[in-house]
Amino acid sequence: MYNTIEDLLKLHRCTGEPLHRIILKEEMELSELSEEQVYDRLRERYQVMVASAQKALSQPQKMVLGLIEGQASCQRGHAEGQSICGGFLNELMAMALSCSEVNASMGRICAAPTAGSCGILPAVLLAVGRRYDASEQQILDAMLVAGGFGAVITRNATVSGAEGGCQAECGAAAAMAAAAAVMLAGGSAEMAANACSIALMNVMGLVCDPVAGLVQLPCSFRNASGAVNAVLSADLALAGQDPKIPADQCIDAMYRVGKKLPMELRETALGGIATQPAGKAYADQLRQIAQRAD
Amino acid sequence: MNISLFDVLGPVMIGPSSSHTAGAAKLARIARIIAQRPFHRVRFGLHGSFAKTGLGHGTRQALLAGAMGLFEDDERLADAQILARQAGLEYEFYEIELEGAHENTAVITFFCDDGKTVQVTGCSVGGGRIKITEIDGLPANIRAESPTLLITQNDRPGVVGAVSGALAQSGLNIAIMRVSRETKGDIANCVIETDGRIEEELVERIRQLPNIRSVRAINV
Repeated sequence: MYNTIEDLLKLHRCTGEPLHRIILKEEMELSELSEEQVYDRLRERYQVMVASAQKALSQPQKMVLGLIEGQASCQRGHAEGQSICGGFLNELMAMALSCSEVNASMGRICAAPTAGSCGILPAVLLAVGRRYDASEQQILDAMLVAGGFGAVITRNATVSGAEGGCQAECGAAAAMAAAAAVMLAGGSAEMAANACSIALMNVMGLVCDPVAGLVQLPCSFRNASGAVNAVLSADLALAGQDPKIPADQCIDAMYRVGKKLPMELRETALGGIATQPAGKAYADQLRQIAQRAD
Repeated sequence: MNISLFDVLGPVMIGPSSSHTAGAAKLARIARIIAQRPFHRVRFGLHGSFAKTGLGHGTRQALLAGAMGLFEDDERLADAQILARQAGLEYEFYEIELEGAHENTAVITFFCDDGKTVQVTGCSVGGGRIKITEIDGLPANIRAESPTLLITQNDRPGVVGAVSGALAQSGLNIAIMRVSRETKGDIANCVIETDGRIEEELVERIRQLPNIRSVRAINV
């Protein structure tokens, strides 16, 4: 039984079982599913993730106001040429942007852990999976670890932007993806926990301030930067960096910080960039469209 | 751990919002099952955040698609208005203020081909989960997370026993059972959540029992 990241590490140390096996067994018990059924469900979700991470790379997606229309294909083009971050990170960002675009345009996505943050885990699984030439089985095992960490965050904190701000959505997604990336790179369970700590530290206090209340801006950029946060946190952990603050304490800190965020900065579109003149202008535009619709 | 991986890695859904899009679609889809009869017109009363921020989140398309029986991960959700026109289904949205209701509440009225109307009220409570709170003016509490039987019956001794007997006979385990009534000896509502799929055969068997007025099965 685990309820914390420390529980997972203890079980791993005592039994010698890899993290994904511990998480798999607990899921089988909770959902009353066989091992095969759990993997089947993971595979279904992974296929949705892959499709949404690729769909907008070549085809801009139409959406209300169109604030993030074409972002993925734009970044994809940039990834192919000369860039500061190089092909790997630009591809990674392009795939995260693709998921956000698909989500905003009423396309099919897999929430991970939420719809607003649905680009981070798919982009990381695909990019890091490719880099390490991972098999589908290895990717599904990494997904199990991401899911286990996400379950701990959901249980002990929150993954709702309305409750904890963007740090709870994109922060949790990055922490989950960072742990998965460590697994794909062959790192240890401790390193996965450290990567989770680092990813959360990096975005502690991040607010949710959606322009015009839409899941478009800054959401897509936060998905791109969340995916980068995940891989850099994984690399910091793989290098042996010790975050000193255990993952469970970072999760608790994130929750407490979220509770202290004023209502204006928790998915209400009443603060942050949403209430700057440019943000308000888009909100007005949406209101006009709504009036025409009635 | 009491949280499933598939609640964290999921749901698979049509974006952009689990509560304003996926939840809205599921709410209307379950309402359609409750209405049970063919209908030619449907009205949606939108309360709170459903009315205010629904437009940018495709809440209207999602509700309409759900009312037509589409699932919350169906990519045709965005084209619900076109599908409705093709099917000759009339639809209408209006704003409504309901005291004390959840922010994401809709009142769905089905105008059935047999002249009857069925009104279902429910809310989207987050993460794509829903709750039906009222059916035809009577309070309800249906979450549709496991297969659910909705039974309306005359409030007489032995009815509940006969119903649970029928379930036992078909080997179906009862997870939760709630019986409520307006006044003693009048009409009672019974909601039964089960551990397995509810087959049409069982629905028919319950329908044949004495004092049963209506039976509806929701196989999530």
